[in-house]
Amino acid sequence: MEVNEQIAIDHGLKSDEYKKICQLLKRTPNITELGIFSAMWNEHCSYKSSRLHLKKLPTKGKKVIQGPGENAGVIDIEDGDAIVFKIESHNHPSFIEPYQGAATGVGGIMRDVFTMGARPIANLNSIHFGSPQHKKTKNLLRGVVHGIGGYGNCMGVPTIAGQTSFDSSYNGNILVNAMTLGLVKKNKIFYSKAAGLNKPVIYVGSKTGRDGIHGASMASASFDEKIEEKKPTVQVGDPFTEKLLLEACLELMAGDSIIAIQDMGAAGLTSSSIEMASKGNLGIEIDLNKVPCRETKMTPYEIMLSESQERMLIVLENGKEDIAKKIFDKWNLDFAVIGKTTNSKNIELFFNQEQVAKIPVNILVENSPMYDRKWKKSKLPKKNKIKNEVLNKLKIKDVLKKILSNQNICSKEWIWQQYDHTVMGDTIQKPGGDSGVVRVHGTNKAVAASVDSSAVYCWAHPLTGGKQVVAESWRNLISVGATPIAITNCLNFGSPEKEDNMGEFVECVQGIGEASKYLNFPVVSGNVSFYNQTKEVGIKPTPSIGGVGLIKDYKKMISMDLKEVDNLVLIIGKTEGHIDQSLFTRTILDEKNGPPPEVNLFNEKNNGETILNLIGKGFVKSAHDISLGGLLVAISKMCIKGDKGIKINKSKNLMNEIEYFFSEDQGRYLIEINKEDLKEVAKILDKNSVYYEEFGIITKNDIIINEKTKLTIDELKSYYTSWLTKYMS
Amino acid sequence: MKSSVITFPGSNCDRDMDVALKKFGFNNKMVWHDNNELPKSDLVVLPGGFSYGDYLRCGSMASKSRIMQSVINFAKSGGLVMGICNGFQILVETGLVPGVLLRNKYLEFICKNVFVKLDNKENTYFKNLNKDVLEFHIAHNEGNYFCTKDQLKEIKDNNQIAIYYCNKEGKIEDQYNPNGSIKNIAGIFNKEKNVLGMMPHPERMIDQSLSGEDGSIFFKNLINNIK
Repeated sequence: MEVNEQIAIDHGLKSDEYKKICQLLKRTPNITELGIFSAMWNEHCSYKSSRLHLKKLPTKGKKVIQGPGENAGVIDIEDGDAIVFKIESHNHPSFIEPYQGAATGVGGIMRDVFTMGARPIANLNSIHFGSPQHKKTKNLLRGVVHGIGGYGNCMGVPTIAGQTSFDSSYNGNILVNAMTLGLVKKNKIFYSKAAGLNKPVIYVGSKTGRDGIHGASMASASFDEKIEEKKPTVQVGDPFTEKLLLEACLELMAGDSIIAIQDMGAAGLTSSSIEMASKGNLGIEIDLNKVPCRETKMTPYEIMLSESQERMLIVLENGKEDIAKKIFDKWNLDFAVIGKTTNSKNIELFFNQEQVAKIPVNILVENSPMYDRKWKKSKLPKKNKIKNEVLNKLKIKDVLKKILSNQNICSKEWIWQQYDHTVMGDTIQKPGGDSGVVRVHGTNKAVAASVDSSAVYCWAHPLTGGKQVVAESWRNLISVGATPIAITNCLNFGSPEKEDNMGEFVECVQGIGEASKYLNFPVVSGNVSFYNQTKEVGIKPTPSIGGVGLIKDYKKMISMDLKEVDNLVLIIGKTEGHIDQSLFTRTILDEKNGPPPEVNLFNEKNNGETILNLIGKGFVKSAHDISLGGLLVAISKMCIKGDKGIKINKSKNLMNEIEYFFSEDQGRYLIEINKEDLKEVAKILDKNSVYYEEFGIITKNDIIINEKTKLTIDELKSYYTSWLTKYMS
Repeated sequence: MKSSVITFPGSNCDRDMDVALKKFGFNNKMVWHDNNELPKSDLVVLPGGFSYGDYLRCGSMASKSRIMQSVINFAKSGGLVMGICNGFQILVETGLVPGVLLRNKYLEFICKNVFVKLDNKENTYFKNLNKDVLEFHIAHNEGNYFCTKDQLKEIKDNNQIAIYYCNKEGKIEDQYNPNGSIKNIAGIFNKEKNVLGMMPHPERMIDQSLSGEDGSIFFKNLINNIK
């Protein structure tokens, strides 16, 4: 087939990008080469709209072993141990085919982690669906949950935490972000940089089929009514093969045969081979006849662009082929020497003894397009003027009932009960807490992880929203007693070609950067997903932040369930009564405008570090950060989980009760302490200038507010636990 | 005491079982499915997981593994064989214990703590246990035990029902049945009571920091009974 501009445009390339290709090659590419360019230069692989802005994120720190640019980020957790982690999106495939889309998302991220030599020890996910009333929502939710469980459960990796939200902006474009943590010895980390000439290039894992061809290009396009036609571009997952691949790779990695290894994810054999060659400043030569194929008569174009799952590309030391083959034979996996490294700095493909492609690697990588897209700055919206009379008409009990059973607050047990969260025998904090926590096998250490996003805040004011998500991730780690170390981010946005959406992206990234810099909470890995929109309308900007922290002695882990009657609960951080963009204002008052709560990074850092100090001294019996829903929602969850009540005496300040209980001011926590420790705790809080209030005393049952409002724990439980189960049955 | 845990392709609770057995004093060996010979063992465990991806019927491929002939011979000569979760499914497929395991009634994977009532303590597994109700943990998609009326009568007559799903107080009722199993059955023996298959995972309940400690009670008692 003769290549021309129209064919290039059909491949998702822009007209000037096609011209650039011809210029760089000094000729017209053939169809296989064009396919390779389209796979490497799409948004998903090249980050062409985002690179310029991502560069500004802080990525370094004392604990950072590997920042962005590898398969995943790596952080030091002492004693020679390291944690490899990353979050990634699989949004478009999950909307088209929820089970396989979500499953392969989970499979892909686990592969990114074990490619680096780490055994996956925990999975997390952040999933976002359209309005519950939308006709597709129920099936999408069911399919995604089954898919995530189907893959993770079979792999034998516990799913320890997650986040689920519903918002009509996802009606036509759901979000599925999957995150994995792996454990590795610091001196046994594997990278994707090839080195040395004439080293064998090995293909292992599943055979290559026609599934997923152009998956990465699909992920770089907007949805329209013809979306169902894209079903064949969704990959099909096989977690059993991936489990074998995991065990085989780790077995081979225990020796010294591997020079470089790279999983075949988005854009399959194309991106993996080019990545390895580019990082090693080498060329690579592949004989496509040697690639194990599942289907007959596959063309070079199809082989190079297939996104069949569960495959790896390895550069081996010379003479280690037999050792490696034996391991892959044992695990019944395909193993083939398909090429070698060269000094040509070209990627050269052969098929039936003919050269079918020859492209200088640097053209594909370094010369890939980069855009400084136009973007629009957001103004901080004006505060709403909500009259006291409006608030005074409301009863606290009625409001709490509605908010606890709101789809974005209520218990997600229906979801996480379908995920194996206890396999591997080290899960010490299950889903439903502030963070999931797993022990580092065979040690006294534990790793905490949380995944967060606040699309509403980001939509109202991207800069503040970006900061807030990082701060919330930080708080969720602090609340379980973990020292926050680093984050990974999955940036889900609309079209970068629209100034509004691009502005949301730029300012969210700026906010993320500011917060992570201030909190010394660097970004070590991540992924950008643009074009999350249907026709002209983008989703609410939704950066998902995955935070990871360390607990040095797992026996000192904190959970949110109230522990003992007569203990005291303190509010840490000041309640200012900011109700704009709160769940209360948005759902009860139906007021969608106004600014999100302000994020004061000094307070975040100071409050968090002081709480860690209190936890270290053994004063804190339970803790929970105050976020979506506000104070009363936070204490309700602590009561429900601990099966205890609380007697609350709201301080007699001038603030309206509703504002006090349902505002979403940032930087706040609830902590439980012994009465006798109050003096000592207060001293530490005062010394660090941390604002606090005595909130209430723990009782056997019932929440009682100012001796007039009473709610039983059973009532709270029924509001909190019933919505999702009812919705799904 | 010597134990062996068989690793099939797709097993994923083999390490957890190894950790548990060693913690309570077993000298445990991991055995690859493709081996012919079973090492000298006082107990053989078929662990949980997704052997062969559960792509055919759960456990059916693994039941034909090379090592399984030795395991079957070992069981038939009176050796202790315990199958947990996928291991139970494998046992059912070998015919060492009667019945089948269907998909959970609500068609969803379930991971949570459950209570089980011991029905028969006249065997090496539960003899001398001073509790009748244990808190275990389940994590499965196909744990819905089913058998024919005749089989049910036979296993009842032979006291082959090992554990039932129940509540904290030991009440065996429909509402405590997580997966639709016939008569709330969570585990069964062979006729001779040396082979035990059960869906719950005692190896996930061996530490206060995990889901609970009733697994510790089970393993401590088991090794004492074998000694």
